Amino acid sequence: MASKPRTLYEKIFDAHVIERRDDGTCLIFIDRHLVHEVTSPQAFEALRMKGRTVRHPELTLAVPDHNLPTTPRLDARGERIPIADRESADQLAALERNAPEFGVRYFDATSSQQGIVHVVGPEQGFSLPGTTIVCGDSHTACHGGLGAWAFGIGTSEVEHVLATQTLLLRPSKTMEVRVEGQLGLGITAKDLIMHIIGVVGTAGGTGHVIEYRGKVFERMSVESRLTVCNMSIEAGARGGLIAPDETTFAYIKGRPFAPGADEWDDAVTYWKTLYTDPDAEFDRSVVIDAAEVEPSVTWGTSPEDVVAIGGTVPAPESFADPSKQEAARASLEYMDLAPGTRMQDVEVQNIFIGSCTNSRIEDLRAAAEVLRGRRKADNIKWAIVVPGSGLVKMQAEAEGLDKVFTDAGLEWREPGCSACLGMNPDKVPTGERSASTSNRNFVGRQGPGARTHLVSPAMAAAAAVTGRLTDVRELTREPA
Amino acid sequence: MEKVDTVEGRAIPFGRKNVDTDLIIPARWLKTISREGLGRGAFESVRAGNPDNVFDSEEFADAPILIAGDNFGCGSSREHAAWALLDMGVRAVIAPSFSDIFAGNAFKNGILTVVLPQEQVDRLLEVAKTDPISIDLDAQSVTTPFQDRFSFEIDPFRKHCLVEGLDEVGLTLTRDEAISRYEDRMSASKPWLARGTGVAA
Repeated sequence: MASKPRTLYEKIFDAHVIERRDDGTCLIFIDRHLVHEVTSPQAFEALRMKGRTVRHPELTLAVPDHNLPTTPRLDARGERIPIADRESADQLAALERNAPEFGVRYFDATSSQQGIVHVVGPEQGFSLPGTTIVCGDSHTACHGGLGAWAFGIGTSEVEHVLATQTLLLRPSKTMEVRVEGQLGLGITAKDLIMHIIGVVGTAGGTGHVIEYRGKVFERMSVESRLTVCNMSIEAGARGGLIAPDETTFAYIKGRPFAPGADEWDDAVTYWKTLYTDPDAEFDRSVVIDAAEVEPSVTWGTSPEDVVAIGGTVPAPESFADPSKQEAARASLEYMDLAPGTRMQDVEVQNIFIGSCTNSRIEDLRAAAEVLRGRRKADNIKWAIVVPGSGLVKMQAEAEGLDKVFTDAGLEWREPGCSACLGMNPDKVPTGERSASTSNRNFVGRQGPGARTHLVSPAMAAAAAVTGRLTDVRELTREPA
Repeated sequence: MEKVDTVEGRAIPFGRKNVDTDLIIPARWLKTISREGLGRGAFESVRAGNPDNVFDSEEFADAPILIAGDNFGCGSSREHAAWALLDMGVRAVIAPSFSDIFAGNAFKNGILTVVLPQEQVDRLLEVAKTDPISIDLDAQSVTTPFQDRFSFEIDPFRKHCLVEGLDEVGLTLTRDEAISRYEDRMSASKPWLARGTGVAA
């Protein structure tokens, strides 16, 4: 073997090159394409106007998630309840029309397979190691948790993929985030990725694909790996991935679109070639000490505004960069927080457990573990738990988790993106705070004037119990 | 796509760093099945309750250029951000850096993204308050009425597409044979991959 040592990303990239141009641009084959109702209507419309077809309908999977209300979808007689918001109803209707017209597999809003695209892809065995996966959504990097090169695209690119099953791309730079040591007790994948974003910054990964490396990730469940990769875009990286291993293969086996029994060994043989060669070089490397990771929480309006739950709101002057100082001042004004405030003293009125980052069964179990036998605090006005898919919902109900949530005073909802992005009825009221397991704390993200504190599912559950941001370890510690 | 050669006129001196696509166009505006009319929702949260904002100033009405800080267009992949800018009349954005997804979306809609070092962007922000700015794509330069002349880099393929106003989908469709050859190889070596949502035999 005389070939140059390559990183995992470079191996996947090379395996998908159809043509390489002189200027370095490559025509890349796209193995898997996920489509939802918000970023696809204009793409299908463009195909229709130009008389073009979908080149590989079987490589695209469509499912509505972004603006579906999370209230019941069927009435007592089993009839569909129409969506009140007319524009949302029109968008859903467009997807329901476009998918069959172009021959694309579609999971209806009322089917148990429906859910958030990034929960559905892995769950159905549609997302596989070593594949190129795209979706008109920036959290597509999520599927990198299976060892795929997955990234978000715009609507013009959605059209390009539908028509040609390819994209024109230049190779990204490679970046290694190596986590050394072990995470402390009660520290989750969400705490870790938020900590990483705090270190790297929201633009730190721009132009790069991140590979997360180290024992911590090898020991993680696939669902935790999906949570980590999901937020790569919050560090500026369009893609983030973790090498597939036995944990990955065990997760995929038997899922509906996964390789069948007679093909399984061939697939695994291929997947086992998907790792970064020992001598491969990354363009950039960031090393994180796992022991330093505490339960993470955001104080500002950028995902990089991360602090440990035991910490305080930073003073804008504490940042070296003048533009960061200015941004911090604006953030604190929007968040109505004073420097020096202890994070644990920040009261919240709303709790959101859900989103493509944290709505899988393990996330719901972690939240339920904290809430079991407890009640939400009186100052919590609105608290919802939104499973990532119909199948996650069924599993949670089989385990009795729904009962734990409702007994604690939280609402148990239908699957969808919900309060992550303020485009369906689930919103945080103006001026109020939320402890949210979603991925973005941008100005107005959860609704105009809403103040978001990003946390893990266990931390959101702890905040529900106490009514303020809380170190979950105080609630889960064994009595002495 | 419309051909792009020069973009000339007033430039909105926004200057802010880390402008995310939720700021450019909030989610509630995404519930549309068309590309038109999104300019009304552009920078809504900057405009709200602040009558002196640059976007509503008469001076910058129909300005074809926007100047911003580092990491412009970060966050969501929504192409609506590019459509909103286009609907506002913006044909070029100048900033020290752009998010990857936004830069791609802008390009596909014929919006020029010009990367210049922070000190040159600072100079242009100053000039933009009172005077027009000119961007020459062919010469890859930005000039002001005060003899400033800043060169910028652009991907040669993107430049070619912008100058010629090429439809990228149409271009790729001409590569049908190469794509078919790849597909044949894949179906033969990894039938489990090529099947997608199809049912196994």
